[in-house]
Amino acid sequence: MIDFGPGRRAVKDPMQEANLFRGRAAAGFLIIAACLLVLVGRYVWLQVLRHDEFSGRADENRIKLRPLPPSRGLIYDRNGVLLAENILDYRLELVPEQVGDVDATLEQLGRVIAISADDREQFETLRKVKRRFHNIPLRYALEESEVARFALERHRFPGVEVVPYLTRYYPQGADFAHVVGYVSRIDSEDRERMEDARYSATTHIGKTGIERYYENQLLGDVGYERVETNAEGRALRVLGRVPSKPGRHLHLSLDANLQRATVAAFAGRAGAAVAIDPRNGEVLAMVSQPAFDPNLFVNGISRRDYAALLHGEQRPLYNRAVLGGYEPGSTIKPFIGFMGLKLGVRAATDTVWSSGEFRLPGQDAVWRDWKKGGHGRVDLREALAQSVNTYFYGLAVEVGIDRLEPEMRAFGFGAPTGLDLTREPTGVLPSRSWKQQRFGRTWYPGETVIAGIGQGYWVVTPVQLAHALATLAARGAAQRPHLLLSMQSGIDAPPEAVPALSPLPRIEAPDAVWDAVREGMEAVMHSPTGTARAFGIGAPYRIAGKSGTAQRARRRGNQEYNENTTPEHLRHQALFVAFAPAQAPTIAVAVVVEHGSSGSKAAAPVARAILDADLLQATPGPAP
Amino acid sequence: MIDFDLMARLERGLARWLKRPRVDLALLAALLAVAATGLVVLYSASAEAPAQVFNQGLRLALGFAVLFVFARIAPTVFRTWTPWFYAFTVLLLVAVLVFGEGRGAHRWLDLQVVRFQPSEFAKLALPMMVAWYLHDRPLQPSWRDLAACALILAVPAALIVKQPDLGTALLVAASGVFVIFLAGMSWRRILFLAACGVAAVPLWWQFVAHEYQRNRVRMFLNPEADPLGNGWNIIQSQIAVGSGGVSGKGWLGSTQARLDFLPEHTTDFIFAVFSEEFGLIGVVAIIAVYLFIIGRGLWIAAGARDTYSRLLAGSISMTFFVYVMVNGGMIAGLMPVVGVPMPLISYGGTSAVSLLAGFGILMSIHAHRLRGR
Repeated sequence: MIDFGPGRRAVKDPMQEANLFRGRAAAGFLIIAACLLVLVGRYVWLQVLRHDEFSGRADENRIKLRPLPPSRGLIYDRNGVLLAENILDYRLELVPEQVGDVDATLEQLGRVIAISADDREQFETLRKVKRRFHNIPLRYALEESEVARFALERHRFPGVEVVPYLTRYYPQGADFAHVVGYVSRIDSEDRERMEDARYSATTHIGKTGIERYYENQLLGDVGYERVETNAEGRALRVLGRVPSKPGRHLHLSLDANLQRATVAAFAGRAGAAVAIDPRNGEVLAMVSQPAFDPNLFVNGISRRDYAALLHGEQRPLYNRAVLGGYEPGSTIKPFIGFMGLKLGVRAATDTVWSSGEFRLPGQDAVWRDWKKGGHGRVDLREALAQSVNTYFYGLAVEVGIDRLEPEMRAFGFGAPTGLDLTREPTGVLPSRSWKQQRFGRTWYPGETVIAGIGQGYWVVTPVQLAHALATLAARGAAQRPHLLLSMQSGIDAPPEAVPALSPLPRIEAPDAVWDAVREGMEAVMHSPTGTARAFGIGAPYRIAGKSGTAQRARRRGNQEYNENTTPEHLRHQALFVAFAPAQAPTIAVAVVVEHGSSGSKAAAPVARAILDADLLQATPGPAP
Repeated sequence: MIDFDLMARLERGLARWLKRPRVDLALLAALLAVAATGLVVLYSASAEAPAQVFNQGLRLALGFAVLFVFARIAPTVFRTWTPWFYAFTVLLLVAVLVFGEGRGAHRWLDLQVVRFQPSEFAKLALPMMVAWYLHDRPLQPSWRDLAACALILAVPAALIVKQPDLGTALLVAASGVFVIFLAGMSWRRILFLAACGVAAVPLWWQFVAHEYQRNRVRMFLNPEADPLGNGWNIIQSQIAVGSGGVSGKGWLGSTQARLDFLPEHTTDFIFAVFSEEFGLIGVVAIIAVYLFIIGRGLWIAAGARDTYSRLLAGSISMTFFVYVMVNGGMIAGLMPVVGVPMPLISYGGTSAVSLLAGFGILMSIHAHRLRGR
């Protein structure tokens, strides 16, 4: 039909339009075919050329390695008494992703199971570092009643689970707290020093003591389970597993019976004692009092309890045996005496007149004996037995500070002993160069005088003192003190070699010199004039000992000590050193009783109790 | 009591239909093949949920029923009702903006009995209206006609953009544009308008685009920038496709979907599951079937008896192509992620029904291609 209108429109031609359309349809089809070809090309690229890459990524998606925690190595004493074991306990875990509203759930959960602010904080810390679909522990060591209560309510808490786990337990409680130490939850500080991969399944880490020092040996190796997981990280099935490798068991040189007897001997007083076998350097007992229950720390101690322990007046967390700095006082006299004989400054039979006062030529200052009027004429034996200051003042001056320092260093004073426990302070061995470096002042002759009786700048730690004494007892055959006896990779496995200890140089001196010093020390215990004769009575073995009373104590033996601010309660420490049996010693012990006022009265009975426990009770047979 | 008379009438009707069903059997077979494939993939993608597969089966059945009904209606009837249908659709699109529901977007109308997306109606109403407008005007269209067509497209497209559903808006607009293209707009004008379109992209980016749309484009260009967030879908989809390889992991073998790495693996991303399980061979096969459907549709269009039928049939076929291209391209990381389903394979009711309704119109056009029959 043709429109004859006034030219408003062009003529409509059906045939031409049909042809035009066919052309367009054909063109459209070709364009479409070309586009789909491009699309197919893209699939070829993905599915053929990049197939391997994407296959790998699909597997990566679905296969996750789930770490399996290794069980921590056990710690035994030398007779096989358990000091640290693993026990089964229950904890509450939460998977944020499955929970949804974590805050609301914690709120609800708090009504079923007690969750403290500390638990909450720990949880939040972990939540930051873990993936959303990982289990995050919330509360440890659930009570049986709590487990039961949760079981009733668990349908209300999807994504929250009660999970059994192995936790550390210290069956000996406080007795080994300072030496064995404890494990506790990993915190951000720990993360700095540990290898993350090895701890991927582990929640606890050794914080102090042996637990920290031998962390690498105790930890073990993490295992893995290859699991197929969905996008939420939920494990659907296990494809394979590499079991974890338990940590090594440690056998320590400590003797649990001796340790307990040592703790008992303190009877609640503050102080420290270290007992060493002079023949090999094995530490037999190491006590710092007061102590604390390490089990409190394992699953998180409350902030308040911790603050109380940390800042309590007697500072029970402070390991006095290794870190405590004390002025050795008269316990240094046997070493000074030994030095005098060795250097030939005096013979054992040389005598000195003790008038009660000592003066340096041309000086007005007076140094006194502890006994008014003096002790009269004394040789080395009597000087040690009665602890005659005048004898050692003169000896120190004759030897001179420059010879004194290297001689004392040979016994280990002024340096860490290398004990396998913690970073030890060096203590202070007074010397000209030390003073120059520390105070920028020159050395005064008067300072040499008091160095002879273990005062002035001297600072020793109980471990240092015990080590020096053990060296004296072993007649110069110095042995590095150590706690680790052997390791085991399983209960039935043979003992493994422990890391080799670097040897210490032997101190050479004629037998007569050693004997003279020993006899002097025996006289302390067994002669009618001995200062500690009251505590040598009745011993079926001979004891060589020496008391000491320190005027002052320094907290860490470091240089920040300020005499004027030292609190009264840190003064007048009682010290005692002893080894026995005197002729063939098997134990050397150093004891410090804080504010015990007199070494012979307060510390000597503790030392005696330790020696008795070791020599009388241990001999009949092995411990149970 | 049984109405034997009705039964007899139904029987006669069925017999007559079977003799001459007024459908293009080749096209129907291809559509059924794709739909069947869709159900098979859905069974796997839904982690073997028969209920979901049954549900989708029902929707497809409804869609094919609509197809058969539409196939019996003469194209002239469609043409007559086109302006009303178009007006009705625009009304619904306004209604959905006022009463609609959806997460953050207004796309659904809930009439208690049925819930549906009015934008699906627009996919048919727009090309119908443009074809209606052009059918009694001489071709090629004048600038004036083009302006009128642009207005016809712009109103519903704008309403859909407002929902906001840019993907559907573009798809809907494209179907109208295809009508104009098929109506013989000169290549020079096409190129000119295309150039204008390209030039408008920076303006769109700067002034119109929502931030989420910009993000989608950014993610498309560099999905690894945010692999666990916005880039996740794109990356996981490509991993699914790529890990399928040439022969695929086999039916029920998609780890990406079944372990939930692939999002929306029953709807927009179901083709990724298909690609993972049936590999390149499956992809090429299904795209070949799609191409056949498109080609057959254009063939029917070319044989149609009037301009309206031709334009509408052609537009329906070419729009179908856009679905395939956009969804397939999105899954392969060739295009940004837009909510366009893979026709007859993605889970979802309205889209399947409106698609099959469109093919019903195609069938009708095919059946009525000769005057007087």
